[in-house]
Formats: sequence, C-alpha cells, structure tokens
Amino acid sequence: MTAAPADAPALPDDVLLRVEHLTMRFGGLVAVDDVSFDVKRADITALIGPNGAGKTTVFNCVTGFYKPTVGRLTLKKSAGESWLLERLRDHQIARRAGVARTFQNIRLFGGMTALENLLVAQHAPLMAASGMTILGVLGAPGFARAERAAIEKAKGWLERIGLIERADDPAADLPYGDQRRLEIARAMCTEPVLLCLDEPAAGLNPRESAELNDLLRSIRADDGVAVLLIEHDMSVVMEISDHVVVLDYGKKIADGSPQAVREDPKVIAAYLGVEDEEVEEVEREIEAAEGGPA
Amino acid sequence: MTAPLASPLPHALKDAAITALIAFGLAAPMMGLVTVQVGGDLALEQHWDRVAWAVGIVFVGRLILNLTLWRPGRVRTKLAVSPKLEARLMKLARWLAPAAVVIAIALPFLPGIERYQIDLGILVLTYVMLGWGLNIVVGLAGLLDLGYVAFYAVGAYSYALLAQYFGLSFWLCLPLAGLLAAFWGVLLGFPVLRLRGDYLAIVTLAFGEIIRIVLLNWYWFTGGPNGITNVPRPSFFGIADFVSGKDGFAAMFGLKFSGLHRIIFLYYLILALALITNYVVIRLRRLPIGRAWEALREDEIACRSLGVNTVNTKLTAFALGAMFAGFAGSFFATRQGFISPESFTFIESALILAIVVLGGMGSQFGVAIAALVMIGGFELFREFKDYRMIVFGLVMVLIMVWRPRGLVSSRTPSVFLKEKKAISGALVQEGHG
Repeated sequence: MTAAPADAPALPDDVLLRVEHLTMRFGGLVAVDDVSFDVKRADITALIGPNGAGKTTVFNCVTGFYKPTVGRLTLKKSAGESWLLERLRDHQIARRAGVARTFQNIRLFGGMTALENLLVAQHAPLMAASGMTILGVLGAPGFARAERAAIEKAKGWLERIGLIERADDPAADLPYGDQRRLEIARAMCTEPVLLCLDEPAAGLNPRESAELNDLLRSIRADDGVAVLLIEHDMSVVMEISDHVVVLDYGKKIADGSPQAVREDPKVIAAYLGVEDEEVEEVEREIEAAEGGPA
Repeated sequence: MTAPLASPLPHALKDAAITALIAFGLAAPMMGLVTVQVGGDLALEQHWDRVAWAVGIVFVGRLILNLTLWRPGRVRTKLAVSPKLEARLMKLARWLAPAAVVIAIALPFLPGIERYQIDLGILVLTYVMLGWGLNIVVGLAGLLDLGYVAFYAVGAYSYALLAQYFGLSFWLCLPLAGLLAAFWGVLLGFPVLRLRGDYLAIVTLAFGEIIRIVLLNWYWFTGGPNGITNVPRPSFFGIADFVSGKDGFAAMFGLKFSGLHRIIFLYYLILALALITNYVVIRLRRLPIGRAWEALREDEIACRSLGVNTVNTKLTAFALGAMFAGFAGSFFATRQGFISPESFTFIESALILAIVVLGGMGSQFGVAIAALVMIGGFELFREFKDYRMIVFGLVMVLIMVWRPRGLVSSRTPSVFLKEKKAISGALVQEGHG
C-alpha cells in the first residue's frame, strides 16, 4: 500500500473526513457550491436538506462516483495513512481508503443469495488469497482457509442483522426492510472506516426504523466505524445523529448538533418549511441574524 | 370476469376479412403474377387460382382462430413449467450430466457407430466447448458478445500460421493459440469497457467482422480467401503420427492400421478439451472472480461501491472466454487440415450465442444440451435441406416463448450455508451489460 500523498493536509486526530470547498458543476448547473464540513471519527453525521439540495451529489463525490469540479476530500484512515479521495477511482475508494456506501434505491445482487452478496463484498481479500485466481483454480489450501474465514465473517453479519435463516435465499426474495439491512451488512463486509448510507430509513416502518437505529449505533460503538448518512426521516436524524449538516440549493446553510440545527431559523425556513404568510417574517429574522441583507 | 359478451361472430368476421385483404395484397403480386420467359421476351403469367387459395386459407384460418383460441374473454392458461417439475428436472439433470459424460467417453466403441457419427460427435463437442467458453462472457459476466467467432479464428490461424512459417507442432501451438486468443480478448475488452448492452453487441460484432476481413485481405500472409491448406494433423502426443508404416501409431501399438484411429483420437482430444473447459468454468464460478462476474452482471455500480475492480473483472472474462475459443480454434484447424476466412462468418457467432441463450445463460448442462440439439439436429435433418431452417427458426421461437430464459434457467448458488437452493431464473439478471 502506498503511503499518504505528500500534499495531504494534516487533520486533527478526531476528524476522519474533511470536505473542503467541494463544488460540483454539471454544465451550467451548480449542484454543490463550496461546501465544507468535517466528519468526526466517533460520530454519526447526518446530511440533510430538501429535495434537490445536492446531498446525493456530495455523497457521490465522497464515494468516488463523481469527480468533484473543485474541492479537496481528505480521509485520515489512521495516524499514518491519509487519502485524497478526489484522486482515487471509485473501487479504490472502497478498497484502499475504506469508504463503503449503500444506495437510495437498493442495489443488492438480486439473483445471488444473501451469503453470496456478503462474499462479493470481501472480493479484494479473497482475490488476493486466491492468488489472482491461479491458486484458487488449483485448489490451494491457503485459499480454502481464506474462504472459510470470509464465510464466517458473513455468517457473523447475517446473525447480527437477523437474516441467518435466509442466508441461502436470493436477495431479491427478501422483504424490503431485510434488503436494507443486508445492504448495510454488505457494505460493512468491505471493512470500511466510513460507512455512507443514502436514505437508509426510506420506506421502513417504525419498528424497522428503530431496528436500523440500533444497528447504526452498534456499528459506531462496536465496530468503530463512522457513519455519514442522508436522511429525510427527521425522527431518525434527530435521534441518532451526533452532528448534522444541512444543505439547501447546493450550499451549506447549517452545521452543528441536532439541537442547534433544529432551532436554526434558516433550517426551519429552508428545510422544515414555513407557512406562506410566515415567509417574510422568517426572512426578516434571518436577515437580522445575519446582520442585514446580503 | 365472465360478463356475457355479444356474439363474437361479427368482430371475428371483420378481423378475418381485414387479414384476408392483407393476404391478398401480399399474394396478388407475389403468387398471382409470375414472369416467364417466352422466347426472348418476358411475359406475365396470371395465377389467380393460387391467390384465391391463399386468401381463402388465411380467411378461414383467422376466422377459426378468432372463434376459438383468440375468442374474447377466454381465460388463457399460461405456458410455464411448474416449480415442482422444475425441481424434478434439476434432479434428473444431476444424474444426466455424469451419464452424458460416460456415453460420450464410450461413444466411439458403441455398436453401430461409424465414422460419420464420430465426425458428428467431434462437431457437436466443438460447439459444446465454444458454448461453454462463451458462457463465461455472456452467461456469467453478462457481456453480450456477438463477435466470439473472432477468437475461434485467431486460434485456428495461430496454429495454421505457426505451423506453416515455423513448423511448430500442434501440441506446442495449442497453448500458444489459447494465449494469443486471450490477448486479443483483452485487446477487444479495452475499447468496450464503458459500453453496455446494444452498444457492446454492435462493437463486438464489428470486431468479429474486422478479424475476418483482415484474414481475407492480408493475402501474402494468410493466403486470403484461398485459406491455408495442409495444416499439419496432430500426432499422438508427439510420439507417433497417424500414418501407415512402421513408425505410425498403429504399428507402435500393435494395431492394424486404420484411418479411423485418427478420427477417434481427435474425438477424445476435443472431449478432453471440452471437459477441461467445463471443469475450469465450474471451478471459476466458485472463486471470487466468478462471483465478481456474476455480481457484475447483476449490478455494476454496486460492484464498484464494494471495491471490485470492474475493469480487470471484465477483461478477465473476455480473456478467459477468448482463450477457450482459441483452443477450440486450433483444434478446428488441425481437424480440418484446411482453414479459410469463410469458416468464421458472423453466422457462427450467432450460432454459438444461440446455443448459450437457448441452453440457459450460466448453465453448463443446458448449453451442452442446446449444442447437441442444434448441431446434431441440424445434421440429422440434412435431407430436408429447404425446410430445416424454417423448422429451426420455429423451434427457437417456441423455446423462447415457452422458456424465455433458456432450457435451464435457474441459477445454482456458488456457495451455501445449509442448503443449496436453485434460484429461479426470474430473479437473475440477464446479460445485457
């Protein structure tokens, strides 16, 4: 593994990911405009905002699916290992930097079993153990050992998300809530340091939502993995996140604890929405807070 | 809903009349008017009786169909295999596959088997091997490849040219042909990495044609349309040639010389090559690379999010698929003793792809059955030369209606915890990308 890029900035120890001046343009459209924020190592960070605010674009930049137009994304994996995510290709971000993600519309391998899904996530270590396939074809004992270990790990995760009984069923056959949890487990099988979840609670009932909260807390506490999530369900955001970043029209409008964000008049205006007759009043408040109109 | 309907007759009559009119429009110029040569002139002969027959048949046929099968409100029974039957077939297949291998091994010594049957066996096995090779690319990785025959050609020409210019033996050229074909597979893989579905199909199709046209026009090197004659025949593992005389294979093993020895040897050679292909593909499916191929077929974006290098994964699929075509190609060259670009036309690619699709993408056994039925059936009905293509097309249409995902459509998981359950084909993504 290559060492950290020489020009990677030094981050404080508790910061895992620093996003600086992230801007993403699609032709004339500025989807994300100069957004900066930190994701702390021990936090569940929520990225919220109205539809079209640029949340998923930020996500896609962090996970390498888009190359940002401007900006720097520094990930400090450990004390001696930092990565500049905007310089890595998408699969390298998952494999080397340790950023795993899920998708808004679940992207499981539907025709493969739950167990197989978790094994694909361990592709990189298994591939190395199979000696780029050559040793594997010959049936080397080292590979058999690695595969057993991978299956054990997958089993552990299936037990944790309560799907061990359905390990041999195709993923597309699972109920929606189980698919969501399986996708999270699959992302976790890549051994990430940062787990990015795109609307994990979408379409879940209150009970499933509560289970998800427990799972995310346990991922942070037991696995020591930081979580960055996009969420519309305010009950989830307010309950589990330690840090909330609010976007509106591609700009960051608030950044802080859930409590602070909830009381921020700009957030109330932009995100939670106001009655039509209150708009002017709220705008006056905002201007007063900013010290006059821009 | 069984609401009482008005008499279906008026509608049926109207529909039949419209169809008859269309039939008349088609039949009148094509069947009714025939040009004949009278002396030096061209005359027009009229056959209105034929037209009347055609229109009558269409009208009556359509009317009957409208009143029976296509009657409005008729509850349609779906043409499908029940899961129970499917499971039973799968169980049968488990026995059938080893049985088929045993029959294949014993074939040359079965009573009533002559040279023709062994030749046919060689042909079928060649296509079985090609089908299994293409199965990696299309069935597992889901990359629609319409130019697979290009690699078959590369394999065949590699051997023929290496033998012609450097006098290398078949046993040395066999692995070389595989490697060269794999190299060309990677070469094709690079430009098509970003393409999916239809676009990928078009580029691979073009690639197949490019290879053929280069072989056709590179006259001084490949012999162009004349091809390469006198491609050396294989020896018995470099020990003895299949010739009469005291150095020949027959004399060495104390047998009476027979031209059949070489044919039987070739049969076992292609059988071994095909079984090796099968073994490797089955093995690869259970390795991380095989799972990555299938994951790629299911969802490429999810693959990338999990750290799977999709570039390498696609390239290995192309390279390995091409390698087996290369082996098959060099076998083809040594069996025929003569190759020309004519053997590597697009129709060959289409045939191999049809075998994979009809057999069931990703299913080794289905592909073998499809190859046997397609190639064997094709030869069997040689006497009905004019009609076999029609029957053939009809059978293909029927299979696609009845079993749109091929004969064996279910997928067996590559790994299991407690119980290996077949996964219904309806859940498995098709290779479109």
